[in-house]
Amino acid sequence: MNTGIDVPQIQRFGALYIASARLKSMSKWKAIIAAVDIGNPLFYLIAVGVGIGVLVEQGSGTSGTNGIKYIAFIAPALLANSAIAAVMDETIFPTIEGFKWRKLFFAQNATPITGRQIALGVYLSALCRAIFSVSIYYVLLLAFNVVDFGPSILLIPIAVLGGGAFGAIILFAAAKIEKDDQFFNILGRLVIMPMFLFSGTFFPLSSMPIYLQPIGWISPLWHATELGREAAFDYGTSNLMVSVHLIFLSTLVAIGITLAMRQFERRLAK
Amino acid sequence: MSKPLISVRGLTKVFGDFTAVDGIDFDVAKGESFGLLGPNGAGKSTTMRILAATSTRTSGTVEILDKDPEKFGPLVRAHLGVVPQQDNLDGELTVSENLYIYGRYFGLSKKFIKAKIEELLEFAQLEEKRDVKVEALSGGMKRRLTIARGLVSEPDILLLDEPTTGLDPQARHILWDRLFRLKEQGVTLVLTTHFMDEAEQLCDRLVVMDKGAIMAEGTPQGLIKEYSSKEVLEVRFGSDRNKEVAPQLSQMCERMETLPDRILMYTEDGEQLLEKIAAAKMHPTTSLVRRASLEDVFLRLTGRTLIE
Repeated sequence: MNTGIDVPQIQRFGALYIASARLKSMSKWKAIIAAVDIGNPLFYLIAVGVGIGVLVEQGSGTSGTNGIKYIAFIAPALLANSAIAAVMDETIFPTIEGFKWRKLFFAQNATPITGRQIALGVYLSALCRAIFSVSIYYVLLLAFNVVDFGPSILLIPIAVLGGGAFGAIILFAAAKIEKDDQFFNILGRLVIMPMFLFSGTFFPLSSMPIYLQPIGWISPLWHATELGREAAFDYGTSNLMVSVHLIFLSTLVAIGITLAMRQFERRLAK
Repeated sequence: MSKPLISVRGLTKVFGDFTAVDGIDFDVAKGESFGLLGPNGAGKSTTMRILAATSTRTSGTVEILDKDPEKFGPLVRAHLGVVPQQDNLDGELTVSENLYIYGRYFGLSKKFIKAKIEELLEFAQLEEKRDVKVEALSGGMKRRLTIARGLVSEPDILLLDEPTTGLDPQARHILWDRLFRLKEQGVTLVLTTHFMDEAEQLCDRLVVMDKGAIMAEGTPQGLIKEYSSKEVLEVRFGSDRNKEVAPQLSQMCERMETLPDRILMYTEDGEQLLEKIAAAKMHPTTSLVRRASLEDVFLRLTGRTLIE
């Protein structure tokens, strides 16, 4: 055997090798990623800040949003949503590609790297992408004077946690669903879109009819948004609810990544 | 013989109600070039995935370098180079990036990999393509790169699943030449193929597989000697007449196979047999005398041709 191969070392750091390979692949798309990550926030900030926001505040002032400017009210949700979109991009496609299109995972698994490490590596690289996207968004929020620099910097880790909670489940689903790639088109339209609209994004969850509110309760976006509002603007969320949000999101991360790692291992061992 | 590098006993793999591999046994010695010959669906690739310490088995025992690949996957895989049937390179990365990233999966140092890449690019005759994206390579080049990638960790055993399937004749010959060099360097090769010429060229020893089972084992020459005559006379009378003349022809040789397009007659002396046929006033439209090959062995063992 090649004496340079240190298997215990690979068992400790294999996921990082995979993540760094993923980041290298992503870097090939850096122009497109940067365009999306700058362009998307710009569109929202202009449309909502200049357009809808003005209309809302003319109608009811800031009474419906606990005294916060409308654009600032929705900013934490936009940030978390951007993290979710980034994590989805970097989990769904690499996973389908890895198992089906190019079968890269099978090549990786032919080395001492395990299926569990591949799952974790893909996940970590997706979180890196989310950190990148959200950081750009945050800088634009500062530039547009939507938030002030300070505690609002917590919006970045909170949004990434929200994206990571959703992404862990999506990573599992992407590995689990072997045949029907259409699922991911439907997911975008029937899950992501309603989640974006009904998670207390544009109006407080409590202003929706009670029978619609459960959409928010199970939505990582709502939990991340509420946490973000509290962190950035002292929104008046109770400590209990802060704990609930944190526990909910962390639990999703733990469950999702555990299931995903197991599923990667199983599917590769067939 | 010293202890084998690979030892397989009663290996079975069942998918649902389909038995892909059905209780096979074989050993592979150090430095040996060992082949699994059989048609598509014989269970070769499934066996290879189990040898590669990635797929689980249903029953039986497998030892690779004294270890059970199912229990010690990463440890066993540290010794293996794997070339799968379908190239699974990263098309978005360049030739040298593919080699580099793969070396990193084995935890090898940057310095080691950089030096190794030079050696492998030369081996794979891809020096001029080092900065080209893999997507832009020809099939033969991709195949050579996949093999080079499998060698980045200097493995003790190289597993090749259908190494030349889908390549044009020239690309196949280049590849055979490269594999022959590895063999000369003492790398243990395990390969699957459904090309008998490939098996004859590259394998010191092989097993013939069909429907998940091993039908025969031996050296290419030994198998031909055991299961076939020295020569084969192939005659064609046209698809309609082949059947008509078959009973008469079968009296003239030791053994005969009637295929849809031609009749294979097994004999020690093909020319002599052809004269006998001419003397009997039968005139085949075409005739060919050739040495017996592994194709004939397979036909004898299974009643079918390798490529159907």
